[in-house]
Amino acid sequence: MYQAIVFLPLLGAIIAGLIAIAGAHQRHPGGEPGEHGDDGHAPAEPHALAVAEEDDEDDKHAHSHAPAAVGARPAELITSGFLVISAILSWIAFFSVGFGTEKAARYPILNWFSSGTLSVDWALRVDTLTVVMLVVVTTVSALVHIYSIGYMAHDPYRPRFFAYLSMFTFAMLALVTADNLVQLFFGWEGVGLASYLLIGFWYLRPSANAAAIKAFIVNRIGDFGFALGIFAVFHLFNSVEYETIFANAQTIVAQKLHFLSWDFDALTVVCLLLFMGAMGKSAQFLLHTWLPDAMEGPTPVSALIHAATMVTAGVFMVARLSPLFSLSPVALGFVVFIGATTAFFAATVGLVQNDIKRVIAYSTCSQLGYMFVGLGVGAYQTGMFHLFTHAFFKALLFLGAGSVIHAVSDEQDMRKMGGLRTHIPVTYWMMVIGTLALTGFPLTAGFFSKDAIIEAAYAGTVPFAGYGFVLTVVAALMTSFYSWRLIYMTFHGRPNASPEVMKHVHESPLVMLVPLGVLAAGSIFAGLLFEGTFLGEESADFWSGSLKALDGVLEAMHHAPFWVSALPAIGMAVGWLTAYYFYVRAPEVPRQLAERHDWLYRFLLNKWYFDELYDILFVRSAKWLGRFLWNQGDGWLIDGFGPDGVSAWVIDVTNRVVRLQTGYLYHYAFAMLIGVAALVTYIMFAP
Amino acid sequence: MIVGLSHYLTVAAILFTLGIFGIFINRKNVIVILMSVELILLAVNLNLVAFSSFLGDLVGQVYALVVLTVAAAEAAIGLAIVVAFYRNRGSIAVEDINMMKG
Amino acid sequence: MIISAIFFYLFSAVTIGSGMMVIGSRNPVHSVLFLILAFVNSAGLFMLLGAEFLAMILVVVYVGAVAVLFLFVVMMLDVDFVQLRQGFLSYLPIGAVIGVVLLAELIVVLGGWYFAPTATAAPVVPLAAASNTAALGNILYTRYVLFFQAAGFILLVAMIGAIVLTLRHKAGVKRQSIAVQVARPAIIDIRKVEPGKGLT
Repeated sequence: MYQAIVFLPLLGAIIAGLIAIAGAHQRHPGGEPGEHGDDGHAPAEPHALAVAEEDDEDDKHAHSHAPAAVGARPAELITSGFLVISAILSWIAFFSVGFGTEKAARYPILNWFSSGTLSVDWALRVDTLTVVMLVVVTTVSALVHIYSIGYMAHDPYRPRFFAYLSMFTFAMLALVTADNLVQLFFGWEGVGLASYLLIGFWYLRPSANAAAIKAFIVNRIGDFGFALGIFAVFHLFNSVEYETIFANAQTIVAQKLHFLSWDFDALTVVCLLLFMGAMGKSAQFLLHTWLPDAMEGPTPVSALIHAATMVTAGVFMVARLSPLFSLSPVALGFVVFIGATTAFFAATVGLVQNDIKRVIAYSTCSQLGYMFVGLGVGAYQTGMFHLFTHAFFKALLFLGAGSVIHAVSDEQDMRKMGGLRTHIPVTYWMMVIGTLALTGFPLTAGFFSKDAIIEAAYAGTVPFAGYGFVLTVVAALMTSFYSWRLIYMTFHGRPNASPEVMKHVHESPLVMLVPLGVLAAGSIFAGLLFEGTFLGEESADFWSGSLKALDGVLEAMHHAPFWVSALPAIGMAVGWLTAYYFYVRAPEVPRQLAERHDWLYRFLLNKWYFDELYDILFVRSAKWLGRFLWNQGDGWLIDGFGPDGVSAWVIDVTNRVVRLQTGYLYHYAFAMLIGVAALVTYIMFAP
Repeated sequence: MIVGLSHYLTVAAILFTLGIFGIFINRKNVIVILMSVELILLAVNLNLVAFSSFLGDLVGQVYALVVLTVAAAEAAIGLAIVVAFYRNRGSIAVEDINMMKG
Repeated sequence: MIISAIFFYLFSAVTIGSGMMVIGSRNPVHSVLFLILAFVNSAGLFMLLGAEFLAMILVVVYVGAVAVLFLFVVMMLDVDFVQLRQGFLSYLPIGAVIGVVLLAELIVVLGGWYFAPTATAAPVVPLAAASNTAALGNILYTRYVLFFQAAGFILLVAMIGAIVLTLRHKAGVKRQSIAVQVARPAIIDIRKVEPGKGLT
């Protein structure tokens, strides 16, 4: 069954991919569109692409007028169908492993490679942590597939889209079911690749291409640390399999790694390196720059990859390696520090953004910080619970935003929306439910998970736990503010869009609304239903050893004083009221505030100037180095002393030698004479 | 003073040097080159005969006879070439003969 | 002895002097004439060495044939002797060096031989069992007959080569081509002609 869960999406991806290739072949039989340019009747594609490019002036997605892709309907249905089957099987697995009698197991598939002492297998490791992630990934992915049938209905390249979506799901599932670090890394890289392909799905837009490359490169920096971590693990444990590593973790505790005359604590180094990968993948502080730009991709992509699944891979990885992290307080402290800083930083930036998707993107970044705070204090269960609930309401918010964008003819700037409440009520109420869950309104899913993290931060004993506590509370206030700001600017007030746009505002089709409904139900009820299992009395049974929490944190968390639990609720209320005041009661106040504190406003609007900083620090230096090596190193040094230099030298020498051939007989006779004299002299005086 | 072998050999050496000198000194006339070659061969003949006389072996003179023959033949051929060249080129100035210039 | 020494120095001086004039003369005709002088004087030197056959041969062959040939060619080619000896000076240093080097080496060689025992005897004129000519004839056709034959071949080749190089067929000169004649097809017939009747 588990093989089916993991490999059905792969099968769907392959089928959809073949359909996409067949369709492309049909569109351009025998060549690129450019080659047919001088025919009398150029095919519709280039013309349509040109039209699409004109459409893409602002952040709108292409409404191409090309004919629908061949085989699009079968591609959609096959991939979505496989995903739904996978999701159903995942829920079955969830209940049987979490609550039933079936316990953790290992399902080997085949041996990947054996080299010396390193032997890597393809195998599925199924325990509670795995099935939680399986449920999250497959459910959200299935709902996004169905939603995309409606959202991408006008796109001629749908088969490719669905192929990429299913391929991504397969990679994520491989990551989650991995039995060893190398298989995890395979899934890790696979989701990075799928993210690149999907962000740059509309590849004719240069901004999309740039964003895709930025995402991939920033990810890569994290992956570099991750790879080093895997090498360190192999060096210490002589194996990359989880079983072996966890069993022997205790023995490595005091070991030191010697590097350049310094001694480092081995486990701390390993955990820090592995966490660097998580920083890149989950867009934590310093490696976060790619996440807002990733909004160039279609909205279903943002919902799936950058809300629920890929960015949570980092969280999952830290949770999976909890036996290692629990043995290194320094690493845990660093995790908390980074997580809390991210939560705070992203929330501040989200306060002033004007693009609806970017607000939700920074919200995701902030919530990921929360999850890492939860993991960092040693209460891994809280982090995983928040991952579980967050997947629901964040995907809901993204898909809802996609509905809104679709309704106002691809406008993404919130300042040009407004007053949509009466026109698209279903979408409106779905977004409200999502926002309630996100801000932690009592009894919604987010309430339970966020509060758990804040209480755990309060009770935590690792370094920076207090820092984490303070920042998460402040971020909760800000989260509430910007989430309600989004709702009020988008749906309330006077319409700021043009009358034609308002005339076209329509509710989304059912195929897009049903997934919204399912996710809304999850946002409301997931907390109520599963809080006890994840965090409460049954949690030990539920998790049954797949997470190794720090002793005592879970207990202390439940005994936190009342004011600690009340703080987030107070913050939420304050933020909500402030947003209401700013955007419904007194709409000119935000503008006045921005003008008065212009410097602060622009600092936040420009994301703390991180992009500019990185440009100066890294991009320019890299480009300078590349140019230098190309001109000086390759051009002057290698070409100069290599082919060009040798040929020039040969020509030079031959030009000089040629002057000996004067053509004059007496010169030749003279040369002979000199030779004779030399020869005779040599023979006479040679020893 | 008694004229010995060395005197004859000295004379031959000087003649030889003069012939070598003449090959590349002149600039205007190819025929002078040929004449210089004749001088060289004359010097060689003188050498051979001198040795033959002082060593009492007649083979030196036989050899000198053969050298004489070869010199005559070579002079004839050389002049024939010069004539042919002159017919084609119209000049026998040495500095004009540079068609082999590479 | 004194007489022969005087003659030796006379002949050598004139030979060397005319050698210098051969290469130093502007007029090529003068060069040829000086060459003839050099030959004649070296014939005298040969005579002093007792090789009178060779001396006569030198006069007959070299002077009578080769030098005359030179003269023919020089006069035939209508050489212009007006150009100055340009570039003489540019080669003088190197040429002088090379010449001196060679001279020095030759002198060193013979100097080494000079101090060897068999050097300084007076020229040994072979006792007249036979004259030089007869003696040469004795060995030339018996022991060194191959040299003799080789010399003949060389002369033959030279003759053929000279003809090949310089023969020009004048236009309009009729000559036979035996091959063409023999290969003529049978378009001729032989008829008996009555005397006085002619071909009709």
